[in-house]
Amino acid sequence: MNKLVKLFTKESSLIPLMAILLGLLFGALVMIMGGYNPIIAYASLFKKVFGDLYNFGETIRQITPLIFTGLSVAFAFRTGLFNIGAEGQFVMGSLGAVIIGTQLSLPWYIHAPLAILVGALFGGIWGGIAGYLKAKRGVHEVITTIMLNWISLYFSNYIIANYLREPGQQHSEMIKPTASISLLNWLSEAFGYNARLHWGTIIALIAAFIFFIILWKTKQGYELRAVGFNPHASEYAGMNVNRNIINAMFIGGVFAGLGGAVEILGVFNYQTIAAGFPGYGFDGIAVALIGANTPVGVILASILFGSLTYGAPGMKFGAGVPIEVIRVVIASVIFFVAASGIVTYILSLFKRKKKEVL
Amino acid sequence: MMNDINYVVEMRNITKRFPGIIANDHISFKVRKGEIHALLGENGAGKSTLMNVLFGLYQPEEGQILINEKEVKITDPNVANDLGIGMVHQHFMLVENFTVTENIILGSEPKKGLKINYQEARKTVTALSEKYGLKVNPDAKIEDISVGMQQRVEILKTLYRGADILIFDEPTAVLTPQEILELADIMNNLVNEEKSIILITHKLKEIMEIANSVTIIRRGRVIDSLLVQDTNPDELASKMVGREVTFGVEKKEASPGNNILEVANIFVKDYRGVQLLNGISLEVKEGEILGIAGVDGNGQSELIDVITGLRNADGGKVLLKGNDITNHTPRYITEAGVSHIPEDRHKRGLILDFTVGENMVMETYFYPDYQTNHLLDYQKINQHAEKLIEEFDVRTPSVNTLARALSGGNQQKAIIAREVDKDPDLLIAAQPTRGLDVGAIEFIHRRLVEQRDKGKAVLLISLEVDEILSLSDRIAVIYEGQIVGIVNPKETTEQELGLMMAGAAKQEGAIHHE
Ligand SMILES: Nc1ncnc2c1ncn2[C@@H]1O[C@H](COP(=O)(O)OP(=O)(O)O)[C@@H](O)[C@H]1O
Ligand SMILES: [Mg+2]
Repeated sequence: MNKLVKLFTKESSLIPLMAILLGLLFGALVMIMGGYNPIIAYASLFKKVFGDLYNFGETIRQITPLIFTGLSVAFAFRTGLFNIGAEGQFVMGSLGAVIIGTQLSLPWYIHAPLAILVGALFGGIWGGIAGYLKAKRGVHEVITTIMLNWISLYFSNYIIANYLREPGQQHSEMIKPTASISLLNWLSEAFGYNARLHWGTIIALIAAFIFFIILWKTKQGYELRAVGFNPHASEYAGMNVNRNIINAMFIGGVFAGLGGAVEILGVFNYQTIAAGFPGYGFDGIAVALIGANTPVGVILASILFGSLTYGAPGMKFGAGVPIEVIRVVIASVIFFVAASGIVTYILSLFKRKKKEVL
Repeated sequence: MMNDINYVVEMRNITKRFPGIIANDHISFKVRKGEIHALLGENGAGKSTLMNVLFGLYQPEEGQILINEKEVKITDPNVANDLGIGMVHQHFMLVENFTVTENIILGSEPKKGLKINYQEARKTVTALSEKYGLKVNPDAKIEDISVGMQQRVEILKTLYRGADILIFDEPTAVLTPQEILELADIMNNLVNEEKSIILITHKLKEIMEIANSVTIIRRGRVIDSLLVQDTNPDELASKMVGREVTFGVEKKEASPGNNILEVANIFVKDYRGVQLLNGISLEVKEGEILGIAGVDGNGQSELIDVITGLRNADGGKVLLKGNDITNHTPRYITEAGVSHIPEDRHKRGLILDFTVGENMVMETYFYPDYQTNHLLDYQKINQHAEKLIEEFDVRTPSVNTLARALSGGNQQKAIIAREVDKDPDLLIAAQPTRGLDVGAIEFIHRRLVEQRDKGKAVLLISLEVDEILSLSDRIAVIYEGQIVGIVNPKETTEQELGLMMAGAAKQEGAIHHE
């Protein structure tokens, strides 16, 4: 665990933190230019997220899927792969869960875990396909995962519309109560508390821990990191580079698939026939980036990202900031993290200044 | 030429610190006009740092620099350019898919209106290349030309910008013996034209042959500054390393036993159908070092790749102790008893972003010795690494240091430690001392001979004829993917080998002196 802490406390953590700060400052600048008061805006964002227990719970709900997709992208990154397909793997995970959740009747202690597992497997296979195409056919994973995203969207729409549809509705039937992992009923009965909390958040934290164990404690993880850093040396050392590419994409897909599964089983109880992507997979790319591809980093970045997203309407109501400007704020945080070279440069200016003063 | 003894470069008390290390500790050194001044020192002595200070890439904490006896502040490489200083870096800085001419003029292009006047540029480049004997093809793309020619392009780049003081950072490390001779001629042409040269190297032979004076640096300090005519390789070596160094490898007679490796009639084609290995056959016995001599690019790399499973053969057989290992996986072959010190330690030999400890188990991380409850046990992995570090004198701050942070010599020692520790039947050493200093070379040579004396079969591939001659018990000469002769190192000379390496033996029929 020590190593994990180190991974996040070294220099690498300073840069994302600075980037976030710069992003928020830049966002403030944009708000001032637009004639809005950034202090009131950020304060109302803060109030929306932390102001009361209900909203706080809903923020956690917002954060949970980001942890999964962030882990998915980060895991592939560690093996030198760019997984743009967390979106599609997430959708496939939802589909797997909704099929099991609606079609089978089982006792709850089998039903819910099975639905989660099948969702994870669907996501894993979806990632694995991209891995296979890269390893055996040399097709770049960015291209295949983007295409697989679209396929997953229309494929799941097709399955829901034709086999799982709630008559007269634009979504699937409800999952059976035995498949649910929601805490809502229990919480509202016991405390009158209505935020849509669910076991998936705990599963997300466990997934982050498993992420760490796989990468830094298993032979498989040793190989994955080795291939990520240097495929030539890995080949020399007797590792099967192609198999590792497939495994990395499969495991990455499992994380995203889990996210999709718990979102259905814990929050919505059905899957909609969607016109577009839920967006968690794409946000996962930013989360992985901000989190420097470490499990703790991904959790922290998900908190930031989820809070900003969930708190955005607060800014709108509290300070009248239009949603477009809020998007600019979020985008500039991502921009400064992605262009961490700029941040490093600004940091170095500070360091030089300090030296000159001394 | 040396009538007015003015100094073109004078560095006084230069101090440059990096976190945790003083790379240059009050270094003073002077270069006369029109001389070749060598900077000699082991890897990590601080040579490149000093030259980067002179070239304006680093700012020193203390000290002064005088160019042509006037004090200057070299704040960046543009200032150095204006002062007539040019640098040929250890790693070339060329644009791969630009032509030679385009690379040379890059950043100071002659213009015709708004367009680059390519014809004029080409003329200037051709004139320069003729004046100094720098043979280049001005229209060839960088990616298509040899390393030697790329280096000449780098030299032309500095001359094009009007450099009078040329810094060469380990220019011979990447060159073949033939190209080294050509470079020596070029340097002589340059000094004949009143240029002054600073030559960084750790090869004593080159200094004795090319340089006029030499300054020796050890651990960031100047040890001595001498005229080459007043010194000898032994003195230079001991000043550089700080102790006596033995050249030539002391070894007993070999007592070869059974065949360990048999390579029979191997063929390899590349993707265009060009024959890289052309029915090559050889054997290595237990208790002997078989050296493969040859000019770079005659099939050495492909031969190793086939033996170690990194590349499939199109025909022929590889036997290890009589068992067929042809076209098996690298994992199968290492487990069967083959160790391999790869020719490119950064590409194949190490995962630079892994710790030293992790690198030491690159081929054995899956052994039960390194697991507890089926999970990797870093305590065991690091204990293993600590043992090897101790035994092979790998200088590293700790087992948790990234391999990237080690000097070249210590990286190579780490690889050798890992490969020898596997206790192989066959040890393949490809260019094991490339780019290393005498201290490290001596160490590695002793280890190879030690393996031989333990009864291992050692297959040595090297482009350095000296190394082949001094280490091998038998020498096989490779030329165009075939063994063109096997010679006894005691009965041959560098000249004879050189001729065979150039393909002369092929016309006369293979020479066999056994
Ligand atoms: N940019 C740098 N940052 C930190 N340490 C450095 C840097 N460059 C060189 N060093 C250290 O300074 C010492 C001298 O390095 P260098 O000048 O490259 O040696 P040489 O060229 O003689 O092999 C080495 O210990 C090296 O690790
Ligand atoms: Mg150097």
